[in-house]
Amino acid sequence: MPQRFRRLQEPDGRWVEVEIEGTKTRVLEGESVAAAIFASGLPWCRTTPVSGAPRAPYCMMGVCFECLVEINGVPNRQSCQISVEQGMQIRRQPGASPEYP
Amino acid sequence: MEHHELIVIGGGPAGLAAATAAANEGAECLLLDEQSTPGGQVYRAVQTVPEQRARLLGPDYQAGRDLVTQFEQSGARHLPNTTVWNLNGRCEVGILRDGKTSLLHAKRVIIASGAMERPVPFPGWTLPGVMPAGAGQILLKSSALVPADGLVLAGSGPLLLLLAWQYLQAGVSIGAILDMTPHGNFWRALPRLPEALLAHHYIIKGLRYQLQLKMARVPYFTGVRNLRATGTDSIEAVEFDHRNTSKRIETSLLLTHFGVVPDSHLSRCAGCDHRWDSAQLCWRPQTDEWCNSSLAGIAIAGDGAGIGGAVAARHAGRIAGLGSAHALGHVGSMRRDEIGRDDQRWLNDDLRVRPFLEAMFRPPPELLYQPDDATVICRCEEITAGQVRRAIQDGHHDTNQVKFLTRCGMGPCQGRQCNNAVGQLLAHELDVDMMAAGGYRIRPPIRPLTISQLAALEDMQAGGGA
Amino acid sequence: MIKADTIVIGGGLMGLSTALHLALRGYKAIVLERHSPARHASGVNAGGLRQLNRHMAEIPLTVAASEIWKNISALVDSDCDVVLSGQVKVAETEAELQSLQARVDELNASGFHHERIIDQHKLYELVPRLVSGCVGALYSPEDGFARPFHAATAFRHKAVELGVQIITDVDVTGVDQGDSGWSVATAQGVFSASNIVNCAGAWANQVAEWFGEPVPLTPGAPMLMVTERLPHFLDPVVGAVGHKLSFKQMPNGTVIIGGAHMARLDLEREHADIDFTALKTSAKTVTQLFPHMGSARIVRAWAGIEAFMPDNIPVISASSRARGVFHAFGFSAHGFQLSPVVGRIMSELIIDGKTAMPIEPFDIRRFQEQERNTSVG
Ligand SMILES: Cc1cc2nc3c(=O)[nH]c(=O)nc-3n(C[C@H](O)[C@H](O)[C@H](O)COP(=O)(O)OP(=O)(O)OC[C@H]3O[C@@H](n4cnc5c(N)ncnc54)[C@H](O)[C@@H]3O)c2cc1C
Ligand SMILES: Cc1cc2nc3c(=O)[nH]c(=O)nc-3n(C[C@H](O)[C@H](O)[C@H](O)COP(=O)(O)OP(=O)(O)OC[C@H]3O[C@@H](n4cnc5c(N)ncnc54)[C@H](O)[C@@H]3O)c2cc1C
Ligand code: FES
Repeated sequence: MPQRFRRLQEPDGRWVEVEIEGTKTRVLEGESVAAAIFASGLPWCRTTPVSGAPRAPYCMMGVCFECLVEINGVPNRQSCQISVEQGMQIRRQPGASPEYP
Repeated sequence: MEHHELIVIGGGPAGLAAATAAANEGAECLLLDEQSTPGGQVYRAVQTVPEQRARLLGPDYQAGRDLVTQFEQSGARHLPNTTVWNLNGRCEVGILRDGKTSLLHAKRVIIASGAMERPVPFPGWTLPGVMPAGAGQILLKSSALVPADGLVLAGSGPLLLLLAWQYLQAGVSIGAILDMTPHGNFWRALPRLPEALLAHHYIIKGLRYQLQLKMARVPYFTGVRNLRATGTDSIEAVEFDHRNTSKRIETSLLLTHFGVVPDSHLSRCAGCDHRWDSAQLCWRPQTDEWCNSSLAGIAIAGDGAGIGGAVAARHAGRIAGLGSAHALGHVGSMRRDEIGRDDQRWLNDDLRVRPFLEAMFRPPPELLYQPDDATVICRCEEITAGQVRRAIQDGHHDTNQVKFLTRCGMGPCQGRQCNNAVGQLLAHELDVDMMAAGGYRIRPPIRPLTISQLAALEDMQAGGGA
Repeated sequence: MIKADTIVIGGGLMGLSTALHLALRGYKAIVLERHSPARHASGVNAGGLRQLNRHMAEIPLTVAASEIWKNISALVDSDCDVVLSGQVKVAETEAELQSLQARVDELNASGFHHERIIDQHKLYELVPRLVSGCVGALYSPEDGFARPFHAATAFRHKAVELGVQIITDVDVTGVDQGDSGWSVATAQGVFSASNIVNCAGAWANQVAEWFGEPVPLTPGAPMLMVTERLPHFLDPVVGAVGHKLSFKQMPNGTVIIGGAHMARLDLEREHADIDFTALKTSAKTVTQLFPHMGSARIVRAWAGIEAFMPDNIPVISASSRARGVFHAFGFSAHGFQLSPVVGRIMSELIIDGKTAMPIEPFDIRRFQEQERNTSVG
């Protein structure tokens, strides 16, 4: 699966480190988790509860709800509306998130 | 419950201008916005973006800085990272901030929630790697992310060209642009051109973008039809018809654009009257010259009230802000009319280009009205056009009945992605107009809340004076 | 002029069921509906099929209705997505359990055995994710739920198949009495019939007025909310003695939460503003009884407009004033389950002039007598 997005080189970027599907990744401070997912090269972020089809963030502005992931153990987070934070644990969300505690 | 004089929802040009104008006249004003920094869609991250990125986004983008500065000097309060999940006819506003929910009340509310990409279902649009062009632009504005080489852009409309141009500035090599504008559009738009030329800078900009794309030798296909994204777990190729031949381009990213439509969930949730605009092909709230909606106390400005673009949004915002300041007793009608007059004139001047653009970039009718049976209409519940057609044949003759029967529109996006598609299918199948097909009744919360968040809703009585 | 035996005002489930039962016996009915069938309470209710904990007067009807729902396909050629997974009413204290026992004793004494007490062990077997510490429950194993709009659609299809005419988008604003019965003039033409049935839901008092029968009906808008799809964790419908709650998981995984809290209703505009301060109470109750639900997301809250009577039981009755006029309204937020039997009763009242079901408690005259008494007193 080829990478869909690449980062422009910018001298003044500030970075934080998050874990995406267990892999440590350097991402831009303040960007959305969904953007970080694209930057990391992860091709999809969840499967649907209906058919199990893979989906990736779509609208990036909060109106499609395709970008649901698990953040720090909490399922169903709308990742395009949440900013990355140092040490964040981001995981894909399978179907109807059986992980409810 | 916390009380305010004026609450403005949305921090794009309309919301910023509205809050600034009202606060400058002495109104106490709170601006709520989901984003972390002011600017809205068009000026997203304009304050925080590094200089290099700002330059490649172009001068129009940088113009947003002044607007933000004026807003900051106005004395209006800014509540960023705040999601509005409810608005009702009593001007009660439900917000979610830092994981906490509360209810606010205002004497007046201005909705400036802007636009969203027009959702247009086509085969494969749910595959990872297919996104609206606006999403690509958001990744560029706030994350400096650009497509790896070989992306395909498809659809119709100014934003498609703007984004292609911005990508060129960023050194991206574009695989192809598939222009889906129907050939006949130009002739239908032509009578509106003279009027549009009064706002000719828009036309000139569009021509310049096109010229530069040509010079960069970006493969440009016109009159493209029958767009399909194919692949198993992700998009692998784009297929389409061009001059009666079938073509296929391998790509891992397809960005589409079919224009933008008002994000009308808040105004519909509150119960404002809306009408179908058959030129813009979207639901629009009914507003008067001061942007007031049909509900007392609620005004709507900017693209949320009908697509007019960033400059028009700013003028409309000022008009709504003045109107509210007047209604709140901070400014007399003489002064209001005097300051507002210029904005009203500029607004009208700016909107002159719209009828031309609307006719020119009207999406292909077969795409809107005749999706084939297998195409997914509701992304959340995975309902296909065939299922919707069956519900219609079964005697369900408006969008809400189709929704009740099929669950189309009942997923987490609350119908934002499928509402118009279902309405257009109905209108086509039954040969009725969109007013008869209707729009979904929008139910709050317009953004999902968890049960714990609702259980912890800040008590209305606790604040006193409700 | 379009003629029929009976004109039904209101295309909710009561109206559709009445027309269907008339048609089953060969009588022609026309349903006049202001919007579309099941636009109001009948299409948006919680779909609970509950005999459990009903008013004693309703027991014979609810038991009869339950028999029909068990084999609803025989009536409407569709299973209406019925799931009979039982309903429980949870007792959190011994005192609550005793109050439930008293009810069971009363039911048994009248010869009804559809509800029984279950102990703690059985309760947790049925509802494993319930918070620990509950002591037992009232249980009705043959209850469950259906999808209301699907049920209404099935009733509608069957009725139409049997010759019922359903006229939509027609507002009935009055009736006229002629030599041979009633006529209704509308924007879509004049309809006439010997009988009129008032199934106008929350607007039924307006219709009753036309016949000189004022009733103390209060329109109300109970609220519901629904979550996103969750993994399966619950079969029966759960309520509780100490809380206003109705809690069920649908086969698609969504959880529907009700609690009889009311939205702020604007009857004129047929619009209700959701009252989130009231829904907060429901959300709190859910987090108390099902702690794992805290992170589940609510995707929608809505309200349906329903007719409430002061004694919380409906009017199912012939008119006391006008010949050929019948009423079925005021179901006070629990009419969905009753709808198949109410339609049958109405058809019997119209065709036979009587029914074997005990409907005296639902007579419209109970309010007129009350009125007389208070005015005399
Ligand atoms: C993705 C996208 C990209 C665009 N890019 C351009 C561009 O580059 N150039 C251009 O000329 N036009 C662009 N447009 C068109 C553009 O939307 C308008 O011209 C302009 O931004 C309209 O301004 P506005 O103030 O009406 O709304 P917006 O600028 O869209 O601002 C609306 C604001 O409201 C906030 N909001 C909405 N709903 C809620 C809620 N429920 N709770 C809290 N906050 C909320 C949003 O987060 C946003 O910040 C774009 C449109 C989209 C959808
Ligand atoms: C939120 C909610 C949850 C509920 N949950 C349950 C449950 O779980 N279990 C249960 O058993 N019951 C439940 N109920 C109750 C149940 O939905 C109602 O009792 C039942 O649907 C009533 O049916 P109806 O036909 O009387 O009324 P409606 O369905 O309201 O039908 C009345 C119809 O009459 C039409 N009308 C009115 N006036 C006129 C006129 N002048 N001209 C033409 N048409 C007219 C209206 O448009 C309407 O469509 C619930 C109700 C609500 C609101
Ligand atoms: S990507 Fe659409 S809501 Fe997040």
